[in-house]
Amino acid sequence: MSFVFYVVAALTLAGALSAVLLKNLVHCALAVSIAFAGLALFFLQLDAEFVGFAQFLVYVGAVAILVVFAILLTRGSETPKKTEIFSRTWLTGLAVAGAIFAVPAWAVLQAAPWMIHTTEKPAVTVQEIGNALMGRYVLPLEIVALLLTAALIGAVIVAMHEKEGRNS
Amino acid sequence: MISATPLAGYLLIAALLFAIGLAGALTRRNAILVLIGIELMLNAANLNLIAFWRFGEHPEALTGLMFAIFSIAVAAAEAAVGLGLVISIHRHLRTADLDQINRMKG
Repeated sequence: MSFVFYVVAALTLAGALSAVLLKNLVHCALAVSIAFAGLALFFLQLDAEFVGFAQFLVYVGAVAILVVFAILLTRGSETPKKTEIFSRTWLTGLAVAGAIFAVPAWAVLQAAPWMIHTTEKPAVTVQEIGNALMGRYVLPLEIVALLLTAALIGAVIVAMHEKEGRNS
Repeated sequence: MISATPLAGYLLIAALLFAIGLAGALTRRNAILVLIGIELMLNAANLNLIAFWRFGEHPEALTGLMFAIFSIAVAAAEAAVGLGLVISIHRHLRTADLDQINRMKG
């Protein structure tokens, strides 16, 4: 465990916690993009450069902008009223989340001494990733392309105005 | 113990992130914050995949890496459709508060 690991872990967890806890939704979007950036740094640290930069582009770039747009379009940026920002059943949710955390944490701590650990750095070039995507993983790639097209059309149709439907 | 195996540290961070995301998705009232919690959970799963790929037996097979790439693509599609749904619900009901959206309650 290096010093960098602890710094990035603190950054990521602080971003995630404040995204969940803050009151103003715009601040939440900012905090969650910090958490996404911290995860991208984790990927870079784990020698998965391609996935790290894809994470930067997709999450810190696209998803954060999308979240900000949704917040502004639903007037979520207005300062929340005196009503609670948490649901009425927040205690149950917190208990479930704590239990869900306890199980894998216990399992990881139990299994830590026997864990696999390959020390040598995997030398993966982007060319190899491209070859794998065009060779062994070409069918999943095509399915993802279809899914992204369907999601694009679906999101536009769902969020579109429905004036014609209301008039008829 | 943890310092001997970096994999355990990454797995613990991922479990913590997953729990934070789940707590956010279960306790927040605003629908957008619930989606943010779901995104955090998906990212925690991606961190697990990459960590197992890095410290696993055959990193040259690229399995965990590919899984993470496809997972990122699917998560992006999910975010787009989910936020479109939130905007549509807000247009119909004038609210994004999940405690007030109970039209389908029997």
